[in-house]
Amino acid sequence: MVRVEFLGPIQKEPLTLEITNLKQLATILQEDQEMQSWLKTSAVALNDTLVSSLDVDLKEGDKISLLPPVCGG
Amino acid sequence: MLELYDGSLDVPSILQRWYKEEEQSNYGAYIPFVGTIRDEDNIDGLSFDVYEPILETWYKAWVQKAKEKGAVIKMAHSRGDVMLHESSYIAAVFSPKRRVALEFIDEFVEDFKASAPIWKYDLKNGERIYAQDRSTAIKGSGILA
Repeated sequence: MVRVEFLGPIQKEPLTLEITNLKQLATILQEDQEMQSWLKTSAVALNDTLVSSLDVDLKEGDKISLLPPVCGG
Repeated sequence: MLELYDGSLDVPSILQRWYKEEEQSNYGAYIPFVGTIRDEDNIDGLSFDVYEPILETWYKAWVQKAKEKGAVIKMAHSRGDVMLHESSYIAAVFSPKRRVALEFIDEFVEDFKASAPIWKYDLKNGERIYAQDRSTAIKGSGILA
């Protein structure tokens, strides 16, 4: 199982999914109406490290985070 | 060290403490940047969400970058609500000579704005509204779209 968390202003409860790579996650989230507006502008982290491509395999217990646009300060 | 506080920052005490921490370190320059909440667009204040694990990693990379230039950085940020004319962000650079600190504070604060995992909300009429139009997508965003 992989846990998917939505950070900051994305008002969505975490998901627990049986997936083995990020492409599967992309497919699931693309079908999710409430995520449509966030996907283009959100960064993705695997176990708190940002990733830059979908060619990433996932293993049991991994944590994925979606980070929408930021504005600190 | 990265310092996170609930609510507004006590600017005089933080700046003084940082000064005291480094006053014997032989740095010729201490350049702080203090961010203050301005009275604009009828807001009552701002509010912040912080994602600490990635913020720590981002900050450590900058500590290392500073070290390579013989400099030291310090940073404090608020979590939660910060009202008008209060401060939510302080960054500072100490370096042997001023030029490094002046350039470094600029790069550091700009990258902070573009990359640090912090989300800002306007506090208006009792509501907490995501400051979407002032926010920046982190580099590499959009791979799931």
